[in-house]
Amino acid sequence: MGNEKRFDFERNIDGALADGQLRKNLRNAMDILVDKRKAVFTDAEDLEALRAAGNAIKRRALQNLPNLLEQLEANCTKNGIQVHWAEDTAQANDIFLDIMHKHDASAVVKGKSMVSEEMHLNRFLAQQGIDAVETDLGEFIIQLNGETPSHIIVPAIHKNKDEVATIFHEKLADTPYTENVDELTAIARKNLRERFSTAKVGLSGVNFAIAETGTLLLVENEGNGRMCTTAPDVHVAVMGLEKVVETLSDVPPLLRLLTGSATGQVITTYVNMITSPRKTHEKDGPKEVHLILLDNGRSEILADPELRQTLLCLRCGTCLNHCPVYVRIGGHAYGHVYPGPIGKILTPQMEGLDKAGTLVTASSLCGACGEVCPVKIPIPDLIRRLRNESYDEEGNAVVSGAGYKRNLAETMTWKGWELTNTTPMLNRWGTRMAGTMGKNLPKIGALKKWTCVRATPKIARCNLHDRALKEGVNHE
Amino acid sequence: MSSRTARERILARLHSSGAEQTEVPEAPPVPALFLSAEREEKVQRLTELMTAIRTEVHIVEADTWQEKLKELALDKGWKSMLYGPKGPLGPEIEAAWSSQADKLPELTAYTQPIESFKKALFSSIDVGITSTVGGVADTGAVVLWPTAEEPRLMSLVPPVHVAVLDADRIHNSLAEMMTAENWSRGMPSNALLISGPSKTADIEFTLVFGVHGPKELIVLIRK
Repeated sequence: MGNEKRFDFERNIDGALADGQLRKNLRNAMDILVDKRKAVFTDAEDLEALRAAGNAIKRRALQNLPNLLEQLEANCTKNGIQVHWAEDTAQANDIFLDIMHKHDASAVVKGKSMVSEEMHLNRFLAQQGIDAVETDLGEFIIQLNGETPSHIIVPAIHKNKDEVATIFHEKLADTPYTENVDELTAIARKNLRERFSTAKVGLSGVNFAIAETGTLLLVENEGNGRMCTTAPDVHVAVMGLEKVVETLSDVPPLLRLLTGSATGQVITTYVNMITSPRKTHEKDGPKEVHLILLDNGRSEILADPELRQTLLCLRCGTCLNHCPVYVRIGGHAYGHVYPGPIGKILTPQMEGLDKAGTLVTASSLCGACGEVCPVKIPIPDLIRRLRNESYDEEGNAVVSGAGYKRNLAETMTWKGWELTNTTPMLNRWGTRMAGTMGKNLPKIGALKKWTCVRATPKIARCNLHDRALKEGVNHE
Repeated sequence: MSSRTARERILARLHSSGAEQTEVPEAPPVPALFLSAEREEKVQRLTELMTAIRTEVHIVEADTWQEKLKELALDKGWKSMLYGPKGPLGPEIEAAWSSQADKLPELTAYTQPIESFKKALFSSIDVGITSTVGGVADTGAVVLWPTAEEPRLMSLVPPVHVAVLDADRIHNSLAEMMTAENWSRGMPSNALLISGPSKTADIEFTLVFGVHGPKELIVLIRK
C-alpha cells in the first residue's frame, strides 16, 4: 500500500505529542466515547455473555469462511446482485473503475467505508479524472482538507469546530465563516443533497453480509449511507471477505456489540438491509447492485490459527478509544489506514513486518484493547506474537517480513542470557557481579534510551538467593 | 476474465487455510435487553426509547389516526405530503383529505419511477408518510419494508417522515421479529430499521439532527 513518504513512526509520534490542540481534541473525544460505551453496557455479566456470543458467531463464520462466501455469492447472484472478487486493492480499484466507465459516470457519492480507504480509492479515481465525494459529515470535512480519517468511526475527531469552520469557509464556495455546529451541518447537507440527487453511482462499505439470504447490512446515523445506496442508478458495495456471517439470526447480537462498542448506542438511527436491486414495478433504488469482495492478505491471515483471530474484527473502533497510546497520538501518527490496536496487528500482517512492524512496538501491553473488544480478539497476545516474529528466524515465522529486527548484538545478548541462566556457576557469578557493578552500568545505547524516561532500577548488593541462605526463610 | 481467476485463487487459499479447524466455543444464550408479553409495555418501551432520541411519538386510535395526522399537518404547516395511493394507508389518507383539503398539505402520489421524479422529490416535498411492518421494543425502532407502492426514498428524502405503526406488530426484539415473521425465507429488496431522525455528532460530539435524512421523525402508533 502506498505511503508516499517513508513511514517514520517515531517522528510521527513526536509530532503528535507536541501538538497540544490535537491532544486536547483527542482526550475530550475519547473520554466521551469511553463513557458512552459504559452507559450502554451497564451489566458486566450480560456484556460478557454477549461478547462470548459475538466471539462464537464470528469464529463459526471463519471456520466456514470459503463455503459462506460461495453461499453469499450464490444468493446475491440469485437476488440480482453482481459479485466480484478482488485479490488485492489494485484489482478492486479496477473493478470499480470498470463499473464507473460502463455507466459513463464522472462522480461517485461515497458512504463511509474503511475498505475503500484501504484501496486508496479516492486517490486512484482522482488519477482517472473521477470525482469521489465523501458524504459522511466527518469524512466530508477531512476530504475538503485533503486528509485521511484519524479514527475508523469518527474520522474528523481530531478537528474542533473552529477548524471545521475555517475549512468550510475556505473550501466551499459562498460559505460564510460560522462556528455554529447546526449551521455547519446545514452547510454540509445543502452541498451534499445536490450530489445525492445527481450522482449516477453510489459506493458503500458493508457491516455484515448475510450468506443465508444474500443480504448486505449497513449501520449509520446520518442517512448518507441510505442516500448512497438508494438514490443513484448504481450501488457498489466493497467489503473485506471476513465480513460474511452465516444467518440472519447471527446479526442481532453482533449489531448490539457493534453499535454499543462503536458509539455507545443501543441501535443506530438506520439499519439498512439491501437484498436486491430495484425490481420490476419498484420505483426507486439502484438498478444495479455490485458487491466487490476484497481479499488483500486476509486469506493468508486466515491460515494461522492464532493470527486468524484478527479477522473476527467488527471495526467498531473501541480498542482505539481505550488505548493509552492512541489517545495520546491520534490516528494519523500510525501512518496507515487502520490506526490503534487493531491497526497494529492488522497492518503488519497485510503489508509485512519489515514495512509496518514498528507499529507493534507502540503498546504498553496494558491489555485494555483485549478487555473491551466486543468479539474478544486477544489483541495483546497478537501484538506479542508479532513482536516475536519480528525477531524470528525464517521458517519459524509466518508473517511476511518476519525477522526484520534480528541482529547480532541482540542475538548474542540473549544467547548469553540463556547460558547464564542454565549454568549454575555462571549464574552465581553473574548475579554477584550485578550486585557490585550494577549501579555503575554505563548509560549508553538501549540502557540510555530506557533510563532517560524511567527511574533506573537499583540492583540489590546481595541477591535473594544469598539472603535466603543467610537469613533463612520465614514459611508463615 | 481476471476476476474469475481471482475468485478461484482466493477460494483455493481459503479452502486450504485450515480454517475449518477453528475452535468455536460454546456460547451462553444472549441476554435479553427487554422482554414482555404485554402489548402496553412494548408500546411504552418503544415510545420511551424513540422519544429519547427526538422522535415524536403519538399513540392514536386505530380508526381515527388520520385525524391526528391532519392535526399535525395543520399545526406544522406542511405544504406538500408524499404518499403511496396504492399502499396500505393510501385510501384512508385520501378519504381524510376529502374535507378541509384547501388547508391541508397538497398530496403528491409516488407513482412514477424516480428518474422522472427526483428533482421534485428533492426540492418540493415537505413530508413523506409510510406504513411500517412492525416495531422493535428493546432498542426502539420501526421496521420498514419499502414496496413498489411505498418506495424506499419516501422515508429518506423529505425533511419529515411520518411512520404509521400498529401496536400489535411491536416485537420484543429484532431477533424475535426475524423468527416470528420468518425473514430468512426471503428478504425484500430493502429492509430498514429506523430509530429516530437523521443525526450526526461528527463535529466535537455536538448532536445535530437532520444531517442528510429527515430532520423530524413522527411515529403514529395505532392502538
